Amino acid sequence: MAALTIGGAWRRPSSLPGFGLSLGFTLFYLSAIVLIPLAALIIRPWELGFSGFISAVTAPRVLAALEVSFGTAAIAAIINMFFGLLVAWALVRYNFPFKKLIDALIDLPFALPTSVAGIALCTLYAQNGWLGAPLAWLGIKAAFTPLGIVIALIFIGMPFVVRTLQPVLSDLGREPEEASATLGANRFQTFRRVVLPTLGPAIITGTGLAFARAIGEYGSVIFIAGNLPMRSEIAPLLIVIKLEEYDYAGAAAIGVVMLAISFLALFALNALQAWAYENR
Amino acid sequence: MKTMRGATEDHPLMKLGLIGLTIAFVALFLFLPLIVVFSAALDKGIGIALHALTDPDALSSIKLTLIVAAIAVPANVIFGVAAAWAVAKYDFVGKSFLVSLIDLPFSVSPVVAGLSYVLIFGMQGWIGPWLRDHDIRIIFALPGIVLATVFVTFPFVARELIPLMVDQGRDEEEAAVSLGATGWQTFFRVTLPSIKWGLLYGVLLCNARAMGEFGAVAVVSGHIRGLTDTMPLQVEVLYNDYQFVAAFAVASLLAMLALVTLTVKSLLEWRYADELSAIHRH
Repeated sequence: MAALTIGGAWRRPSSLPGFGLSLGFTLFYLSAIVLIPLAALIIRPWELGFSGFISAVTAPRVLAALEVSFGTAAIAAIINMFFGLLVAWALVRYNFPFKKLIDALIDLPFALPTSVAGIALCTLYAQNGWLGAPLAWLGIKAAFTPLGIVIALIFIGMPFVVRTLQPVLSDLGREPEEASATLGANRFQTFRRVVLPTLGPAIITGTGLAFARAIGEYGSVIFIAGNLPMRSEIAPLLIVIKLEEYDYAGAAAIGVVMLAISFLALFALNALQAWAYENR
Repeated sequence: MKTMRGATEDHPLMKLGLIGLTIAFVALFLFLPLIVVFSAALDKGIGIALHALTDPDALSSIKLTLIVAAIAVPANVIFGVAAAWAVAKYDFVGKSFLVSLIDLPFSVSPVVAGLSYVLIFGMQGWIGPWLRDHDIRIIFALPGIVLATVFVTFPFVARELIPLMVDQGRDEEEAAVSLGATGWQTFFRVTLPSIKWGLLYGVLLCNARAMGEFGAVAVVSGHIRGLTDTMPLQVEVLYNDYQFVAAFAVASLLAMLALVTLTVKSLLEWRYADELSAIHRH
């Protein structure tokens, strides 16, 4: 970067044509589709004034919805962290029947439309569903409770963790593990002291991506959630409800808070990743 | 002969346990929801399911979904190629910032994306009143649905092509230009052949999301029956109407699209691993 700015030039000359066209179109399209609409979102709630904005986002129903969204997203992300590591480990290290099929199925939540996932999960976990009935027999009610939201978010977030870990795990040579075993460490010590620290940054990235996706998730959640205000109503649904009531500023206020927290989470993620990289 | 377990091998019981847990997890959380979709669609026989698909509202939702994808996907392909060309072939200040801005839509909730367009084009939006006076419909109409879809599928092609084209460098293009090729000739004869599988990969993922997007489209569609309901929205409408067989019939079409996407994606990763971006080489 420093080399570029010497002499005041903001770009290095190139023999290839098309710089103006490609960068110009990129910037135009980026602004029109993403930046200007997001600016409209960020500006909108301030028509309420600062105190109006604060009271809009601290209304009990809004706070409860944000709490449900972030709480369930965090629980699902932690569960995905453990199971994602387990699934990635098994897929990279072991051979077993149907491994190729299982590997391909991991991406299903990326490819399956969220409303389809939503009605399928709701049917599956309803009181008379294939999984809901055995759970009900155990005294657990999954559909139409926060537990149902967590289940949907596990479904949505799983591939992020597995797909982030897989390439790192396969690049991981066996040599450090061999060295650790030679020095007398047992398998668990080797995993805990040698493998886990190397995987650290990837685990954080994958879990963070799953968390970020879960916060904003709408389609797969609303069918199974039950959508009870103050209990199982997620923030994106409350935005939709406010829009239907023509409360644009109120909807935008929730949107701005979600956007701000997502960006903060991304920022924290980058910092944490840098820290894990340093300390691995 | 008794074989020794290698120092980096897990205990056989541990191995068995982890494999068992993996299969159980994937079966319960991924496979079962997929099976439920098809089983619920065929609950009353295949005739009823097929009949539900020929309902005029279902047909119009299929048509709308195809139209939306046919506009949104090419738009993002043109953008993705332009952005990857700019990032990979030139050095300029702010490049890494530009690349992170391109990924931005992935960290925005689809509902918030839809909301942003309503705040611009909606009745109480920035230019809503002007649009109404000139009888232009964007929100609760096709343009809004296309815009919301373009937003959520924005990064797919670009993020596939950028690492791929950065990896490939610019020597071949520079050679072509120095031999007298024009910019377009260079792109179509030199660059495109070497990125075609990566491009197809990006298009595949972009298309799956474009046809399946729900949250962003739900906000801008207005749910006008037979007019602004895409297939994922039609699924919701039918389900909330307690027309479960019909809902799952439309849903199973979308599930089949997802399965085709996964199959082609796996084939591409397996066959053309070297020509896809480094992220997929594992």
